Amino acid sequence: MSGLLLALAIGGAFGVALEQAGLGNARKLAGQFYLTDFTVLKVMLSAILTAMLGAFWLGWLGAIDFAAIHVPETFVWPQLVGGLIFGAGFALAGLCPGTACVSAASGRGDGLAAIGGIFAGVLGTGFAFAWIAPFYASGAQGVLTLPMLTGLPHGVIVLAVVLMALGVFAGVPRWERRA
Amino acid sequence: VKPYADPYRAGVALGLVLLAAFALAGRGLGASGAFASAASAVAGPANSYFAGYLAGGGPAHDWLVFEIAGVLLGGLASAWFAGRFRSGIDRPEHVAPRTRLIAAALGGAVMGVGAVLARGCTSGQALSGGAMLSAGSWLFMAAAFAGGFAAAPLLRRLWQ
Repeated sequence: MSGLLLALAIGGAFGVALEQAGLGNARKLAGQFYLTDFTVLKVMLSAILTAMLGAFWLGWLGAIDFAAIHVPETFVWPQLVGGLIFGAGFALAGLCPGTACVSAASGRGDGLAAIGGIFAGVLGTGFAFAWIAPFYASGAQGVLTLPMLTGLPHGVIVLAVVLMALGVFAGVPRWERRA
Repeated sequence: VKPYADPYRAGVALGLVLLAAFALAGRGLGASGAFASAASAVAGPANSYFAGYLAGGGPAHDWLVFEIAGVLLGGLASAWFAGRFRSGIDRPEHVAPRTRLIAAALGGAVMGVGAVLARGCTSGQALSGGAMLSAGSWLFMAAAFAGGFAAAPLLRRLWQ
């Protein structure tokens, strides 16, 4: 039970962080795809950097068991195609599953509509699972991390991701357009 | 009404929440998985996709369902205390409320399809898998941005 209470607490903090960033507002999220608002990219990349560096250092210091943290398995084709489909839906809804919950919780009807749509989409795809199962399992690589894929040391990949993100942050003011 | 937080500061705060999940729960954040778990209660165990979600005791015992309940409470509290709680629909003025609601529901359904195929969404794959350097998560993230940027020109009238 304590695990579920922890989930509730972590989710609470997740919801606060998203709402404070303005990611409960579909117009801000949609602005990312028109280069008028870079909140999505800024929040995502700085969150990834923080958690990646934190897990890397805490693991290196022995404060956490890095190897025990769940890493999603890689399935090349469904993740490529699923990602493309997901992105198109994201631009249409202006919200993703987590931010739709924040939008609805802050009183917005479009967030509630998106939640209903996501539920229907997941349910319908699950019902069609017998047909998509071969594709769903295609390109299976098991747990495949970027260090494993490239053969480079973990620390080098961490540094490369940091440099890539800093490059993006530096480029944002040049790419940003007026709404 | 308070203005939104600086996106970089909010991002670091979100990263610390994700790090706490890694350290304390041994897993990252998620969102679409909670929808799949809830849908499994409707679909029943005969369906091979949803059977996996029911095997762990169903949505009433699911980590992600509790986490998403937290997101709803946290989002509500944050919006409330910042004076940003407002019953309404976020849309450009020229877009009819009904059009915006239909677009949100349709977009949600499309995301549902994509999230099932990809085994997660912006939370479980892009953020959590991304921070753990999963190759498939970075592939998903790149594909999702590509899909969004490709669809955006067709949807311009909904947003501008």
